[in-house]
Amino acid sequence: MSVDEQPAEPAAGPAPVAVELRGITKRFPGVVANRDIDIRVTKGTVHAIVGENGAGKSTLMKTLYGMHRPDEGTIAIEGEQVVLHSPADAIARGVGMVHQHFKLADNFTVIENVVLGAEPRRGLALDVRTARRRILEIGRRYGLEVDPDALVEDLGVGDRQRVEIIKVLYRGARTLILDEPTAVLVPQEVDELFGALRELKAQGLSIIFISHKLDEVLAVADEITVIRAGTTVASVKPADVTARRLAELMVGSELPSPQTSESTVTDVAELVVAHLSLTSSDGRALLQDIELTIHRGEVLGIAGVEGNGQAELVETLLGIRQAASGRVLLGGEDITAWSTRRRREAGIGYIPEDRTRHGLLLEAPLWENRVLGHQTRRPNVRRGLVDRAGARADCQRIVDEYDVRTPSIDVLASALSGGNQQKLIVGREMSGEPKLLLAAHPTRGVDVGAQAAIWDLLRGARAKGLAVLLISADLEELIGLSDSLKVMLRGRLVADVDPATVTPEQLGAAMTGADATTDVSTGGEAA
Amino acid sequence: MSISRRVALGVAAPLLAIVFSLLVTSVVLLFTGAQPLETFQAMVQYAGRPRTQVLIINSATTYYFAAVAVAIGFRMNLFNIGVDGQYRLAALVSAALGGALHLPRVLHVGVVILSAMLVGAAWAGFAGYLKVRRGVSEVISTIMLNFVATAGIAYLLAPGRLAVTTQGSNNLGTRPIPESGQVGGLPLVPGTPLKVYGLVVLAVIVGAAFWFVINRTRFGFDLRATGMNEAAAVASGVDVRKMVVAAMVLSGAVAGLVGMPQLLGASYTYSLDFPAGLGFTGIAIALLGRNHPVGIAVGALLWGFLDNSSQILNLRDVPVEIVQITQGVIVLSVVVAYELVRRYRVSAVQRDVGRRLAESPPPGGDGPPAAAATQGAST
Repeated sequence: MSVDEQPAEPAAGPAPVAVELRGITKRFPGVVANRDIDIRVTKGTVHAIVGENGAGKSTLMKTLYGMHRPDEGTIAIEGEQVVLHSPADAIARGVGMVHQHFKLADNFTVIENVVLGAEPRRGLALDVRTARRRILEIGRRYGLEVDPDALVEDLGVGDRQRVEIIKVLYRGARTLILDEPTAVLVPQEVDELFGALRELKAQGLSIIFISHKLDEVLAVADEITVIRAGTTVASVKPADVTARRLAELMVGSELPSPQTSESTVTDVAELVVAHLSLTSSDGRALLQDIELTIHRGEVLGIAGVEGNGQAELVETLLGIRQAASGRVLLGGEDITAWSTRRRREAGIGYIPEDRTRHGLLLEAPLWENRVLGHQTRRPNVRRGLVDRAGARADCQRIVDEYDVRTPSIDVLASALSGGNQQKLIVGREMSGEPKLLLAAHPTRGVDVGAQAAIWDLLRGARAKGLAVLLISADLEELIGLSDSLKVMLRGRLVADVDPATVTPEQLGAAMTGADATTDVSTGGEAA
Repeated sequence: MSISRRVALGVAAPLLAIVFSLLVTSVVLLFTGAQPLETFQAMVQYAGRPRTQVLIINSATTYYFAAVAVAIGFRMNLFNIGVDGQYRLAALVSAALGGALHLPRVLHVGVVILSAMLVGAAWAGFAGYLKVRRGVSEVISTIMLNFVATAGIAYLLAPGRLAVTTQGSNNLGTRPIPESGQVGGLPLVPGTPLKVYGLVVLAVIVGAAFWFVINRTRFGFDLRATGMNEAAAVASGVDVRKMVVAAMVLSGAVAGLVGMPQLLGASYTYSLDFPAGLGFTGIAIALLGRNHPVGIAVGALLWGFLDNSSQILNLRDVPVEIVQITQGVIVLSVVVAYELVRRYRVSAVQRDVGRRLAESPPPGGDGPPAAAATQGAST
């Protein structure tokens, strides 16, 4: 693809360019993560990069931040063509990155975190006074106020993010990359963040804002570049587009729809959760009085901003965490006191939120990963011994049936692309006729084709009577797949929503607690 | 990646480490005024003698138990530094027991070995219990327990307790184990009256059992899974607390065997001069042998060679301690070399997979959802 139209830009004069990427292509095993990416970030603007999960946004930003080198294409920073070998190179060129998952040391103070790796010294000692002065100065200048002497573990999410931004500014960044910065924030914090971004912009800094939340992008960005399937498909101004048009650009004209056809919900309750509560080791309530029922053939969706107890709910249902009170029934049997292994043997499947952390042995071959989670069952294990032939044959079946792209079942799991790893996990968890599937972000980070395939699989299993607890940050997916929907906020289920009538906007409002009243709760729960 | 290439990569790291350490040793030898090549040659020649060969095998047998004990922990990311205390305590208790009993031949040996395994298992299991119940790192607790074991042995190894005095010597030891509890040597090497420890057979059995349990049983799978990715193991239903205790108990049981070749095959008593420090040798050999039963065997033999053939250096006015430099450098460089090879292997496999997927259409024809996947992306 050649460079297509630099979209209508009648701006006054040639605006100075902060960062320009031309023809960036990056290949990974089995996939081309980025191809022919062209982006030009004007100095003193917020430039949003939008795209679906797995469209290649993070890969692109890793390229710009020097975490890996592109196979083709050039990077120019402030007009000068550069080759970035490491993040240190990028930082030296004034490019800083705020990661989606904060990289802070909890037991350090704000000052210590900010200066870590760039410590001002006085002789051999850390020059705390200079550091504090500079941090306060940055705070005043850009409206990023944080107590420099506070311990990071005592800070809230919004403050931690400010610390991350200060850290980047402290190192002299003139271009900031923010990767999904709002994913963990509540609405007020989002407003504060946007205020700070405007301040930074006014001072001549440039921001690259990665997101898939379109309303936020439209609110804060000056320019928007859309990435689809690894390449740039459009560059637009927020004034010229609607959220709907942006969404169409993101997914292409033919949207794979997560819509389920007709209801397969039965009146047999598979999972019943009653008054379930969970307390953290330091006594905070993580889950409070959770009540839910999932019937055979039903998908129950849990909507909520990440970090409101969804992960804890899944881990409690899986037996990894011990509930403080309440009961869990599976198929009428009380499993509250059961171990994780017993629950899995009873037919609970689990698609983890973070597949490499909770779902795979990266340094083991695929067929051993087939065994994981099913170590006590055929065809993997017989009389306490690993049945290599059985496990290998069944792994080959999964590879064939679920279209896992791999040359063999003997390669290490780390050699597969994320989407193929995910398909392997889905195939594994669908094996052995599960009764209940705990699916956390089942299509996160997979490509569009795999996403549609996974949706099909979930629908098919549901039609055969599988009960599914679905947790997803993708509201379209939640609304489309769920038979009933509940909203989770600060460890509580605060509203029932009818997926047949709710819009993503209404759901979003309910999730943030801005509107947790009953006007969206039109009685979604079946039977 | 082909099998031959995998094997080549597996051997590359220890080989590199050994070559590198020989280079470093050569430099040190030059500083001390010795000729490196001649020195090495003398060691190899000395090792060619039947007597030295027996000594090498006997040392290696002992080292092998120690290294397998450490490796069991390593496979689960547990660092059992306490093998040292475990085997000394086990040897003392079982020696005292063996000296006090009068049993038929096979049974007597069995009781001594079993009691040693139980004592080792209990001592290591205590560290496992502390980790699971109290969150004490096994690194700390096993080191501490080494000191406790040393103090305990000093207390117990006294006349009137477990020790008896021998006439004409100021050595203290347990009552000698009678002949029914001794394990005879094997005349494996011709040309010397020295015999190989009979328990070399037990070492082979333990090695085979270690391989089988780790690679072929469900328990071994759970253990390896926990070592590779604890969070994923927990989600898969592994009870990590139980596994920690089980792994420590097993590791300690094998540690209990470390003193057995010496006790049942040579000294028949646990005395003040019973060999100490073998647990640390075991750590080095487990690292060198990559926690693999065959690798450990090679490492144990190499260590035995260095320890025994170096005795010739005394006659050549070269300090014997030079060998410890070689051993130290081997361990340090092997850790670095393994990490380099591991990284190379991971990226080589990824490239390999990418290339093979790119040049061939997906196996088994195109399923319905296959169309879109090639243009996808990973994040």
